[in-house]
This record gives sequence, C-alpha cells and structure tokens, in this order.
Amino acid sequence: MSDRTTNVIICGTGGQGTLLASEVLCAAALFQGFDVKKSEVHGMAQRGGSVSSHVRFGRKVFSPLVEKGTADLVLAMEKMEGIRWAPFLAPDGVLVSCDLEINPMTVQTGAAVYPDVEGLVREQGIPCRIVPAMEAAVELGNPKVVNMVLLGAIAAHLPIDGENWTRAIGDRVPHRALDVNLEAFEKGRAL
Amino acid sequence: MRQDKLNTVTEGVLLLSGNEAVARGAWEAGTHFAAAYPGTPSTEILETIADEYPEIDAQWAPNEKVGLEVAAGASFGGARVLSAMKHVGLNVAADPLFTLSYIGATGGIVIVSADDPGMHSSQNEQDNRLMGRAAKVVILEPADSQEARDMVIEGMRISEDFDTPVLLRMTTRVCHSKSVVAVGPRVEVPVKGYRADIAKRVPIPAHARQMHSRVVKRLEDLAAWGSESSLNRIEPGDPKRGIITSGVSYQYVKEVCPEASILKIGMSNPLPWTLIERFLGMVEKVVFVEEGEPYLEERIRARFLNPAIGKDIVPLEGELSPEVVRHALHPGTSKPVTWYPVDLPGRPPVLCPGCPHRGAFYCLSRLKGSSTGDIGCYTLGLMPPHNALETTVCMGASIGVLSGLEKAVGSGGYGKLVAAIGESTFVHSGITGLIDMVYNGNTGTVMIMDNSLTAMTGGQQNPTTGRRLDGRPAPVLDLENLCRACGVQHVRVVDPHDLKAMEKALREEFARDELSVIITRRPCVMSYRPSRKVHAVVDPEKCVSCRQCMKLGCPAISWGDGHPVVSTHLCWPKCNLCVQVCPAGALSKDMEGLE
Repeated sequence: MSDRTTNVIICGTGGQGTLLASEVLCAAALFQGFDVKKSEVHGMAQRGGSVSSHVRFGRKVFSPLVEKGTADLVLAMEKMEGIRWAPFLAPDGVLVSCDLEINPMTVQTGAAVYPDVEGLVREQGIPCRIVPAMEAAVELGNPKVVNMVLLGAIAAHLPIDGENWTRAIGDRVPHRALDVNLEAFEKGRAL
Repeated sequence: MRQDKLNTVTEGVLLLSGNEAVARGAWEAGTHFAAAYPGTPSTEILETIADEYPEIDAQWAPNEKVGLEVAAGASFGGARVLSAMKHVGLNVAADPLFTLSYIGATGGIVIVSADDPGMHSSQNEQDNRLMGRAAKVVILEPADSQEARDMVIEGMRISEDFDTPVLLRMTTRVCHSKSVVAVGPRVEVPVKGYRADIAKRVPIPAHARQMHSRVVKRLEDLAAWGSESSLNRIEPGDPKRGIITSGVSYQYVKEVCPEASILKIGMSNPLPWTLIERFLGMVEKVVFVEEGEPYLEERIRARFLNPAIGKDIVPLEGELSPEVVRHALHPGTSKPVTWYPVDLPGRPPVLCPGCPHRGAFYCLSRLKGSSTGDIGCYTLGLMPPHNALETTVCMGASIGVLSGLEKAVGSGGYGKLVAAIGESTFVHSGITGLIDMVYNGNTGTVMIMDNSLTAMTGGQQNPTTGRRLDGRPAPVLDLENLCRACGVQHVRVVDPHDLKAMEKALREEFARDELSVIITRRPCVMSYRPSRKVHAVVDPEKCVSCRQCMKLGCPAISWGDGHPVVSTHLCWPKCNLCVQVCPAGALSKDMEGLE
C-alpha cells in the first residue's frame, strides 16, 4: 500500500443521501485496509442547504479535512454544488457530477439564475464527467438509490476492490433495500 | 449491545464520530447517569447513549443549567455522571459549574462543551477553554474520536482522584468527524451512595474559603501530574521550530509540518508546566497553532516570557483547516488551486415544506409585522420572502428584548413586533422572561411557536412533547395554563396553517394594549408521516400571475412560465397554504381523510 492519502469530497443538498454515500465509501476504504477519516457538518445544513462530506483514506490519516487543491475526486450529487467544490480539486483531480439540477430558493423566486454548469466546466477545462445517474435510479424504480449509482460511477477512480464495495453497501444500507442498492451501484459502474 | 448504527470495522474497532466516541467512553467508564439539552454540535452524544448504551440512565433536561445540576446531584449520590452541551450552553450552566468546582466530585463528573469555531450553527465562537480556566476545572481537549473515547474514561478517573469536575472541550470538527476507535468493555463501578457532607457541599463563606484553598492546591497537584501523564506529549523532530498545539489543530500540523517538533497538549488546564519548560529548552523557535483564542499562547508566553509567535500568523477568527495552517507555517507554499471559485447562487437553509412556522411568518409579514427572535428553526423567519425577524441574542432572549424595547421607546415605538420563541426554547429560558413581563407591567405579545419538537437540532423530545429521550411517555407540559399561571390574562391557541385565524390573532393582539400570548400549535413535519401522498395542483388557466404563492417561500413552489410549478416530490401532503393564499383558485389539493 502506498503512503499516499486519497482525498474525496462528496457534496450535494440536504436530503439527497450524501451522508449515506460517504458512509459507504468510508466502510469500503476500511475493508480495503486503509485508515479512514471523514468530516461533515450537521445542524442547520440539513434544512435544504448545501451538504458536504470530506473523506480521506490511506496508510495513516491525520486531518479530517481535505486541503484545498488536493482532492482526487469531487463527487457532486447536484450539478451546481460540484462547481462550488471544484477549487478543492488537485490539478489531476476529477469532478464526477450527477446531471440533476436542484434550484436553491433564490433561483426559485427568480432572484438569481441557475448557472450554466457545462459552460463553466468547458471555460475552465475542469476534468469532469456529468452522468445521468437520476435516470438510472428511476429506471430501477427508486430515485433514492441515485447515491449508489454515483458511487458506482466513481468506483473506477478509487483504489478499492469490488468485493469491498459490495461488503460496504451490505454493511451500511438497510437490509430490505440491499438488492436495489447493489443493482444501482453496478449500474453506476457501467455509466 | 446493538451495533446497527455504529460501524464495526473489526472485533473491538469501530468507526465513530467524536460524539459517538464520547458516548462509548462514558459507557466503558461505567457512567451511571447523563443529562443534556440538545445543541449542535453536541446533540448526538445523548442520542447515542439512549440508542446504544441502556446501562446509562440518560435524559433531556429543560436547559443546560438544570442538566448540570441534576448531574451534580447524581454525583453527590456517588454515581459517575456526564453532562453535555454546546458551547453557549455552558454559559447557561456556568452558575452551577463555578461552584461545583469548589465542591468537587463524589462520583466522577465529566462535562462536555462542544465549541463551534467557524459558527456552523451557532451565534458566537466563544472558546470555552477560557470558561474552564475561570472555573478552575480540568480541561481535556481530544483531537479525534479515539482521544474523545479515551479522555472520557481518563476524565472520570481524574475527576474522582482529584475531586474535580472535568471539562471535555470538543469542537465541531472533532464532534462530527469519524475515525477509527479501539474500544473495550464496560467496567462496572458501584454507585458509592449518598452521605451528607456539609463542609464539602454547602459553600457558605466559612466553608467556601477552605474550598477555594483546596481548589488552588488541586490545580498545583494536577499541573505536576500533567507533566507525567500521557495526555500531554512531546513528539521530537526538527529542533529549529517547535509547535505547541491542541485539539484538531494538531492534525492539521501533522499534515502540513510532519517534520516539526511538536508539543501536543491534551490537558489544557492546569497546564503541565514542567513538560512545557522541557519542550521550550529543546527547540529554537516556538509557534503556537491553536484554533480560537490564544489560550495556550498567552499563558505559556506570560509564564516563560518566551518570544514565541502564534496569533501573529494563525487566525483568531473562524475554523482552522489544513490550508490555513499551511499558509501560517509555510507561507507561499499553498497547494495550487487550478480551478477558480465561481460566484454561484447560495444555498442557505430554508424552512421545510409543510413547516408550521411558515404560516405564522407569512401572516406576520402580510401585516407588515416582525419579531424579536430566538434560537431555533424559526430564526429562518429573517430570510426573504418573510423578513419577519429582527433580533436574536441567545436562548430565551426574544422576550426580554421585546420588554426592553417597550421600556426604551414604549409599545407604540417599535411598530408591530412580537417575541417569536419556540416551545422548547420557551421552556429552556423564555418563561422567566414572561414572568418578568407580567411582573413589570409590559404590554407586548409573545408568540410561542409550538411545533412540539426540538426541531433545529434534528428533532428531539422536550417537556411539551409527551415523550422522553428514550421514547417512554411523559406528562405533557400545559403551556396555556403555564402562561395563565404566570399572570397573562390573554392566552390563545391558533393553528398557524389556518391563515385567517392566524392573521386575526395577530391583528387583535397587535391592537390590544395588554400583555398577551399567542401559541401557534401544529406539529413539526419531522414528527409524523402523512397517511398518503398528495400534492397541490396548479391550473395555469386560472392563474393570474399575482405571485402571492411565492410569498410563502415554500421550497416546493417555483415560478415557471407565468405560473407556479409545484414539486410533486417536495410538496408536503398535510399543507395547503398555497391553496389558501391563491386569490384566483388556481391551486387545489385534495386533503380529504388525510391523517
């Protein structure tokens, strides 16, 4: 195992399953044999606000927070949130984003405009994959598993074996919903 | 023990948040009793105890002062106790804390203060190491979940061995970060039982003078002990620069300056002077890296007249982070930020779809009224489109502030203001303000926003909900009669989602030149699940584009092509505020038979 620490930020909006996704990632990294730390902020953040979780794993991890400019991966459950966290990406980092747009209140009332995310990505040249994860989740009959589709979509970017992902999902997801979550993860891998 | 919430890594190793680790440590230490008032970032400590560790008798208290007093009583009875609160909660509990320090601990006392540097969900970023020092109690500062667990166990021992309360000073990043924790079994400790000891527990001046002397001696003993304890340690490295640090800041230092000599302080009151002196002799230059106030810096520099630096380069305000510490210690070596930040629309928290408070704030706003506010979800009443909250000081202050405004400018001088306070906050510390209004002849209106749940912290029980921490039934506090018993003549209860009734109540109480209470009562959406899915339907043909529905600030309603669009997914079944406010009948909803 190399000494390098892998840095991941998972971001989204309240109620999207961001925290469950980061729980599964942590468990998978633990099963892989890494030391793991993760950090998130609860409280007012839950009332529909921006939500983010920092996950770091490696041989020995000290800081629970990812340093700006060092994230190997930013996983965005919502498109605009991905752009918000893009400055955390390392020069060779990747942004993987759901194609879902959720308007904040200011956009709903017309006080602000939802940004042209694809345009911003092109303009800056951010290495980015925008994946139709919601469509995949809806095809499985359960929009809630969009978080597992997205984890599947980032699996190839991370040094974690397939069996440890499967075990982690089994460990962290309610038993009755296990099959659909595993299917969602596999679907995400194929995206 | 149930393990479904706590992530098992391997036998004897769990992945725990700092708060879960505190609960675990308390359980392993044989703690018998725990009491707290919910407050971010501390809330999950008692919730975890209730869910996972039934051997600890745990309860929500009406406020932090009562929580600590009950814990103190249990300690007098010889039980090991834990009392948890957020940093500003320690202000409420400061009165018992400062004298409990003199009285000491019969059963071990660990008090958790969860500070919130960066103010993720707080009104200030006070550093409670200063409080702990002023109270002359032991302060322990964990840097991750393992230390949080270890320090609760060690804290119980210190508390009993040195006859002192122990303050476990957590911060948001430690409370809400998860890391790997090696755990052990619970070690049962018998409850010692109660024996009266008047000289120890009644601080009349004659006793208290002796008590204070004992406290001073205790701190000297502890300082000597601390230099030998593994709570504080030197990590030798490059002798050119020695870094003195504590709490989560230690982790950032290890990340950014792995080669430096480090003195990691785990017990920050009293300070381990001998160990510190040894460290100062080992290194050429000293730098303090600590979050918040220059607590270690001022004390150590003053004692040794050392020309160290600290707050000259490390920010006083806000949270530290790896990049902030790097910028301080290695200026000019920041990691390149390749992708620049873009000015994006913010995504602040909002009142949930179906929130009871929305009806109250809509009416207040419609009457061009506003409020002196308090601490809870309803603080969000300040946001557009309601713009119906103008002050917030601390728990319970909405009422005192409204009274004081009347003293300054008269009830005619502040326009249409009510004191807006949640039922849990009212019980916490609003009731004394109401008694003051009665006693001193105020004429304002207090609006108790009763959603029967302590909601902002994630949905906790309180004395008005009929349930205790562990879900067992409890008597329901009768708010109406409580207010009447205080001497309020005009008390009325209204459903804030009955907009006509809500507006009428506000209109009448604004007009009344006497003290009154409006209780807006409707359960929080987090407390029940509607019996079926139903959402409001828009008829674009009937819509007159008046945008009245947008004045609700409902997350389920956005403005489409000349008419509102209702999110079928977000719309709360048991809410028809938009139907009520639409003058054209363009919104409809079939709520028949909905439970």
